Amino acid sequence: MFNNFPLWPDRASTAAGNVDALFIFLLIVSGMMSLLIFVALTYFAARYRHRRGVLAEQIEGSIPLELTWSIIPLFVFMVIFAWGAVVYFKGRTPPRDSTEVYVVAKQWMWKLEHAEGQREINELHVPVGRDVKLIMTSQDVIHSFFVPAFRMKQDVLPGRYTVAWFRATKPGTYHLFCAEYCGTQHSGMIGSIVVQEPAQYEAWMSGGTSGPLSASGEKIFAELGCATCHRTDTQGRGPNLQGVFGKLVLLADGRSVTADENYIRESILDPGAKIVNGFKPVMPTFQGLVSEEQLNALVAYVKSLSQPIATPIKTAATGDQNNDKTEGSQVQ
Amino acid sequence: MSMATTTVQPVERENYLNKEYGVGSWLLTTDHKRIALLYLISITFFFFIGGFFALLIRLELLTPASDLVQPDTYNKLFTMHGQVMVFFFLIPSIPAVLGNFLVPLMIGAKDLAFPRVNLLSWYLYIIGGVMMLHCMLTGGVDTGWTFYTPFSTAFSNTKVIEAGLAIFVAGFSSILTGLNFVVTIHRMRAPGMTWSRLPLFIWAHYATSIIQILGTPVIAITLVLVVAERALHLGIFDPKLGGDPLLFQHLFWFYSHPAVYIMILPSMGVVTEIIACFARKRIFGYSFIALSSIAIAVFGFLVWAHHMFVAGISVYAALVFSLLSYAVAVPSAVKVFNWTATLYKGSIHYDAPMLYAFGFIGLFTMGGLTGLFLAALGIDVHVTDTYFVIAHFHYIMVGGALMGYLGGMHFWWPKISGKLYPEGWARLAALIVFIGFNLTFFPQFVLGYLGMPRRYADYSHMPEFQVLNVLSTAGATVLGVGYLLPMLYFLWSMRYGKPAPDNPWNAAGLEWMTSSPPTTFNFEKEPIVTWEAYNYDELDRAHKEEVKVAG
Repeated sequence: MFNNFPLWPDRASTAAGNVDALFIFLLIVSGMMSLLIFVALTYFAARYRHRRGVLAEQIEGSIPLELTWSIIPLFVFMVIFAWGAVVYFKGRTPPRDSTEVYVVAKQWMWKLEHAEGQREINELHVPVGRDVKLIMTSQDVIHSFFVPAFRMKQDVLPGRYTVAWFRATKPGTYHLFCAEYCGTQHSGMIGSIVVQEPAQYEAWMSGGTSGPLSASGEKIFAELGCATCHRTDTQGRGPNLQGVFGKLVLLADGRSVTADENYIRESILDPGAKIVNGFKPVMPTFQGLVSEEQLNALVAYVKSLSQPIATPIKTAATGDQNNDKTEGSQVQ
Repeated sequence: MSMATTTVQPVERENYLNKEYGVGSWLLTTDHKRIALLYLISITFFFFIGGFFALLIRLELLTPASDLVQPDTYNKLFTMHGQVMVFFFLIPSIPAVLGNFLVPLMIGAKDLAFPRVNLLSWYLYIIGGVMMLHCMLTGGVDTGWTFYTPFSTAFSNTKVIEAGLAIFVAGFSSILTGLNFVVTIHRMRAPGMTWSRLPLFIWAHYATSIIQILGTPVIAITLVLVVAERALHLGIFDPKLGGDPLLFQHLFWFYSHPAVYIMILPSMGVVTEIIACFARKRIFGYSFIALSSIAIAVFGFLVWAHHMFVAGISVYAALVFSLLSYAVAVPSAVKVFNWTATLYKGSIHYDAPMLYAFGFIGLFTMGGLTGLFLAALGIDVHVTDTYFVIAHFHYIMVGGALMGYLGGMHFWWPKISGKLYPEGWARLAALIVFIGFNLTFFPQFVLGYLGMPRRYADYSHMPEFQVLNVLSTAGATVLGVGYLLPMLYFLWSMRYGKPAPDNPWNAAGLEWMTSSPPTTFNFEKEPIVTWEAYNYDELDRAHKEEVKVAG
């Protein structure tokens, strides 16, 4: 019954080591702090036990001591803060060349769709050593995508995308939990992340698929008649979408926004929210007309328009070459 | 001796308890001490309801499968455990019982500034409490005590509106108590009772009152908005109606983080009084402890989004809130160091209140230090919404706040009831609570780092979590015994306890200079204060001379 009793979680992503290192540092620091306090307490408690005829010695306080035990902890806290911030910043910044997986959460399941077109439910296959970016949204309430072995967690909200990423380092099957309470079967909203060696993963990937997500997006784009306005020249009633993704867009009200996943999403569901400079607010809303999955496909399609050379399906080897490319190092 | 007792029937002095009898004299009282007892009875009632829910939660988690209750029932249990314990026990606990009883006594006043408002606040608490009970009895609520939207406004099929309104009403009780304290502390101090002579218990309650007055209206408004969205479909938080679910979280935590300080600051005040008395010393660094209470109250308002590091806020917002969270940790650390330093060269007694105070320091230190883990952004991503958080805040709110509350109840019980509690039992209970507490909640830190999410009715796919859950449940039963004991022997002492002298601890403070129990207007004549707080040197020297003379 109790044969399986771990005291430390699996460490299966690049982030896991960073989080564990800081955690261990904190264990040491807080261990030392509590030791200091408990030893002092125990010593004073024993040494200054009440004895008949001995009066306590009255001490007012000491400003140097007060300053010491304010400033030293503050300094230690700042080190922890800075370290924690660095770990967090890394964990929040998906490398540019990540493989993308679209996640749709709903009560009480996870629907996952690879950019290459594979669909999965409550299970996600990923290869070792490749950066995977999750673009997530929820169909109903707030959920949270939590993989303890990756030390990764991100709430998944209705009505917008949130993003997370990881790079798995160790083949195996790991827990996927919903970490934000979401109703009756919250504790049943679990699944697994299957991390495979690249060769195995390629084999799994080559299983039946209806083609890449962007291709289904293109189909929907045509079906909904988007192309009548969003033409590939400058004559359309809507902006030309070629090369838009990831660029700064100037809006009619003078602001400018980066065309990211959330911007594309909003422009489809609530077109009046951010009008591109030089265009009229003539686009109808598609709220309720497209499902979350179709929306993901459309976003994937618009993104693909900014990649003139179709992203090659990376092998693990090329994935490794792109190891340390982050936002800053990207040259377009 | 026997002759004396048979012939001269000792006449019980008139006090606030025996002055009038009858239900009416209690339900219409404006005496702050009687209102404190009304609160004591009502919050004890809610404590045992909340504790009963906790017990069922722990029993369900004894086995991985969801086998004791249905998942829906489990979800209601942890929701109502949280709501009852936070809004109907912890928030009123020390302020409304000990604060109500002691604030006027400690500053040398006859009563609070607004005695009738004080009674009103108890009635509001009772109305809110009855609404909460009604909500529980007619089906309950399953949103988690946090009411996160859009689950609470659009998806839950339970009594969200009823629970929200119950807490809304009870909130006004808290606001009025805070208001009463602030005015009383400003306006009603006895001659000579300057700000720098106030007991630190008063400073702690002053800081708490500020939070109650400024924070509680925000949660009240937020709950009204939840009700409005749920009942009238106004789009505020639900993205389907054009709202923003993160707005709810900002509003909710703007109150609910400072609310933690409503629970812990008064407890810190209690512990300060106890340590000074049982170490027979003036408190080390009086002004630093006083100002750290105010600093905690102020900084406490600036850290709310540290509950939202993975909720979808920007990286830069997260950086700011992490930094500020460390700022609020400093004044808490300062307090622990000052308490420790107070023991240095003291003359320490180990009566039950002191054992609770030691327990408080130990558990609060653990809770505070694990707060450093949670404020560290990189670690928070992993441990937030897991049992690590559960363990952390129970160390603060149960280990800290409740330990202080029990310590205070023991310390002032002779004054409140006029009777002595059985010391041996009290020490035993303190030990049981401390051991039971650690056994219950320490394993949860490990569970959290392993990744067990909170609010899971069922972990049958993760049997590796069972050993630690069994330990935790075992601890909870020990803890339950530890909490039952004081209630039993306090009740016992009311009838069978030895009469308490006016100052059984030979403690400093005006509350000990009047009779036990005090008269309705507290003092025979208005005291004039010419000494600093914690003048234990004078008390002990006088006492020593007395002994010498007698010998």
